[in-house]
Amino acid sequence: MNVERLVAMVNDIAAFFAGEAGPDAPAAVANHLRRFWEPRMRRQIIEAYRTDPSSLRNLSDTGRAAISLLGDQDSPRV
Amino acid sequence: MYAKGYRDLGTPPPVGRVLLDPPSLVTLEIDGTTVTVPEGTSIMRAAALASCDVPKLCATDSLKSFGSCRLCLVEIEGRRGYPASCTTPVADGMKVHTESRKLADLRRNVMELYVSDHPLECVTCPANGHCELQDMAERLDITTTRYGFGGANHHGGERDASNPYFQFDQSLCIVCSRCVRACDEVQGTFALTIQGRGFASQVVASEHQPFLQSECVSCGQCVEACPTGALLEKSVVRHGPAERAVTTTCAYCGVGCSFEVELKDERVVRMTPDRNGHANHGHACVKGRFAFGYATHADRALKPMIRRKITDPWQDVTWEEAIDYSAREFRRLQETHGPDSIGGITSSRCTNEETFLVQKLVRAAFGTNNVDTCARVCHSPTGYGLKQTIGESAGTQAFDSVMQADAIIVVGANPTEGHPVFASRVKQRLRQGAKLIVIDPRTIGLVREPHIAADYHLQLRPGTNVAVINALAHVVVAEGLTRDAYIDGRCEADSYRKWKAFIAEPRNSPEATESITGVPAALVRGAARLYASAPNGAIYYGLGVTEHSQGTTMVMGIANLAMATGNLGREGVGVSPLRGQNNVQGSCDMGSFPHEFSGYRHVSDPAVRGMFETKWGVALKSEPGLRIPNMFDAALDGSFRGLYVQGEDIAQSDPNTHHVTSALAAMECVVVQDLFLNETAKYAHVFLPGSSFLEKDGTYTNSERRISRVRKVMEPRAGFQDWEVTCLLSNALGYPMRYRHPSEIMDEIASLTPTFAGVTYEKLDRLGSIQWPCNDQAPEGTPTMHVGTFVRGKGKFFVTEYVPTTEHTSSEYPLVLTTGRILTQYNVGAQTRRTDNVIWHSEDVLEIHPHDAEVRGIADGDWVGITSRVGSTVLRADVTDRVQPGVVYTTFHFPESGANVVTTENSDWATNCPEYKVTAVEAIRVAHPAEWRARQETDVHAPAHAPHGHIVNA
Ligand code: SF4
Ligand code: SF4
Ligand code: SF4
Ligand code: FES
Repeated sequence: MNVERLVAMVNDIAAFFAGEAGPDAPAAVANHLRRFWEPRMRRQIIEAYRTDPSSLRNLSDTGRAAISLLGDQDSPRV
Repeated sequence: MYAKGYRDLGTPPPVGRVLLDPPSLVTLEIDGTTVTVPEGTSIMRAAALASCDVPKLCATDSLKSFGSCRLCLVEIEGRRGYPASCTTPVADGMKVHTESRKLADLRRNVMELYVSDHPLECVTCPANGHCELQDMAERLDITTTRYGFGGANHHGGERDASNPYFQFDQSLCIVCSRCVRACDEVQGTFALTIQGRGFASQVVASEHQPFLQSECVSCGQCVEACPTGALLEKSVVRHGPAERAVTTTCAYCGVGCSFEVELKDERVVRMTPDRNGHANHGHACVKGRFAFGYATHADRALKPMIRRKITDPWQDVTWEEAIDYSAREFRRLQETHGPDSIGGITSSRCTNEETFLVQKLVRAAFGTNNVDTCARVCHSPTGYGLKQTIGESAGTQAFDSVMQADAIIVVGANPTEGHPVFASRVKQRLRQGAKLIVIDPRTIGLVREPHIAADYHLQLRPGTNVAVINALAHVVVAEGLTRDAYIDGRCEADSYRKWKAFIAEPRNSPEATESITGVPAALVRGAARLYASAPNGAIYYGLGVTEHSQGTTMVMGIANLAMATGNLGREGVGVSPLRGQNNVQGSCDMGSFPHEFSGYRHVSDPAVRGMFETKWGVALKSEPGLRIPNMFDAALDGSFRGLYVQGEDIAQSDPNTHHVTSALAAMECVVVQDLFLNETAKYAHVFLPGSSFLEKDGTYTNSERRISRVRKVMEPRAGFQDWEVTCLLSNALGYPMRYRHPSEIMDEIASLTPTFAGVTYEKLDRLGSIQWPCNDQAPEGTPTMHVGTFVRGKGKFFVTEYVPTTEHTSSEYPLVLTTGRILTQYNVGAQTRRTDNVIWHSEDVLEIHPHDAEVRGIADGDWVGITSRVGSTVLRADVTDRVQPGVVYTTFHFPESGANVVTTENSDWATNCPEYKVTAVEAIRVAHPAEWRARQETDVHAPAHAPHGHIVNA
């Protein structure tokens, strides 16, 4: 899938939780992704975060923290 | 004339009394029978309830009594004269006589006068056998008249056949004014009047115009109210009166009107709204009542077809071959690329049972959670937003609740066009004195119509909903209009504290947001005070709320405002989404979303999953599947290759058409099941003929959570009902589905879904309809939700920061395009375009403000080329100040209009619901549309993927 598109989606989610959850925003975003994103989408953005950070240059800070958290916790079962 | 077999009680139940619990009752005697009825009931109605039908002509129980025909006279012991029973209310101890020699004489006299101007040539009249004048003449034994037939009469009076669906024959009119009152009281259009006096009086439409050119919106209510053949459906004239009637539910919008389908053999003669229908109480609109011809249209695709490649011609095959081919292809893809390489899409136009089966097929037989529904592109933010805040993904009220509302907010919805029968109810309530706040970029019908006007119209810039709802809430908090006891008792204190601090910040004030929203601060303040201080404040909203990048935030903002003002949990208040298609609520309830089972329970919940696994006998996945837009993305990267689409036209209805069609073209097996060879079928490898609502049994669930029966009135034209086709496919895949009737599917739904636990077909037949939750606690259903406590326990406030959409206007794309609906057309128009409704709307147009038109040299009726960052299309200009400067507007009912070609892939943050309502565009005058299109396609500066296609789903 198009990583740019995934980044835009994470940024939108992060923009909401930044207001709603304050310091807990990264965890809230990661939780949202776990509950609503199909595993291959999660895998892809985690993969990009780990191996090709430049592809995530448009990712917001909250979004980045969320993906880092997701990568630590997430083991999507397929 | 009302539905065949309907027993008219003459006058409506007493206004305002029905809801008193217990109502004060009055006991009287009618022809020696003791009758007890609510106070305020008319003698006529009381008599009818006691099985005694008083003769009548000008009265009918859908209209207030009028007292003009003098046929319903009765005698009351101890009273002088002969009062009209339709206008005289009952009184305790009253003794009424409905028959006597004197009464018979008086009535015969009245009838003879009628008959002198309306000879009883019934045998040749198309209304023969279904006419109240004829019935009364027979009953009173009138075969001739003392007044003779030679005097002045209206024979040869004008006949108006301009409306495609009904005619007005003045010579058959008895000037009872039922039609006029129906148009005023029920429909609220005020198109008809009685002109002239005495003998010269006659019914006229608007300024004595043909119906088609008048203000008439062709709802048919006057036709239903007419006691004679004066106003009559042309289909009755053509085919003769019906022989039988079957009760079913409209397959168009989310109001879900109940209808009597009247048939002669297997032919539908007409549809009459069901006066006992709980959603519509005998009302309907031009779509449901008249536009059913598509079901038998020659374009129906009735043969299964297959082709190996989408460039190959279609090949007719047997059902067996088509099913077998589909199953083999899906199996091949599963084996080669894994179960998650395929999926399915359910339809909001199909029944609950059909939808449930498609998601079951995907989860159990395909072995994946890749199932989604078209609600993704309309109301998915409603599901998420309401679940999070108040605990249930559904509207909180029954439609009837609006009759108790004192202040009504309509936001991002256009009920007179999209939900006409509900709009008529709103207008009735407004005429009784309720106040109205419209929040919409356009001047929609409700802003000003005959006898109603909005008290506030907050004409915001598209895309700024959240800033407006925050500003309204800011006023409520800053001016101390919150209902603190309600909040303390019913909401999470922490969430409220946090929200209150946020919303009170000066940046959320109407003054601070005015430059963002374009709405004068004083109007926002006035509207907020009006809503918050009304005894009952109710909010109704549509896709103008959900189809934004902040759709979910806005739904939460609406719930916040309702909680803060104590406007949830009783009649007259609430938060009510108006659903576009008839079964949007139902398709969501049935587990069509990739992350949840029926009843909105997440697939990761082991207890819920375990229950489904036991019942279905297979292991199910615990991870969410792909949503529709994700499916397209995955198709383009090669990880998603097969799709079963039932009853949806994603190629026309989803945004950025080119992206969608490229994705479809990249797939190896697309199976489309539909009534017509739609746009999506152009990319299909298998076509399975669908069945219309007239050809199937099942249920639909409307916007008010009301489950109503759909009943088969004719055999499926292609051989199978849609649910049967899903069963065939599942059986061929080796996962047996053996249902004999949709009632068995409903039994399975009830056994697996707590909110449906008490629903059975037997109960639906007995009660007429049921609003879920229906279970042991609420065996007959739940009209109002969240009474006493919220479904989630305590209501939760969410901080709703306004985040501007990334779809900005610029010097290159200076206008904002937004989309909507029109009354006579429905969604992508596949059905209504194939009916006479095209007489009102035969193409989509672009509304543009006179100022924007002038600076671009665009005149009314000119062709206009519209270009966005992703595509372009051509529409005709409608220069109007219904839209504000800087905003252009179109509908999306015709594929030629190509509106979704220009819409972008921006979507709601939580649900990926597309942002149809905001697209930055430029509009230019175009002399030759075809040339302009060709130039756009070859223009190197045009976006690389800029084809011409369609807009959909507003
Ligand atoms: S058209 Fe029908 S309803 Fe209207 S006044 Fe004439 S008879 Fe009555
Ligand atoms: S069809 Fe409806 S809108 Fe038209 S005149 Fe009759 S009641 Fe009024
Ligand atoms: S389209 Fe809607 S309002 Fe019209 S008849 Fe059908 S359900 Fe009722
Ligand atoms: S029915 Fe009562 S006056 Fe006509």
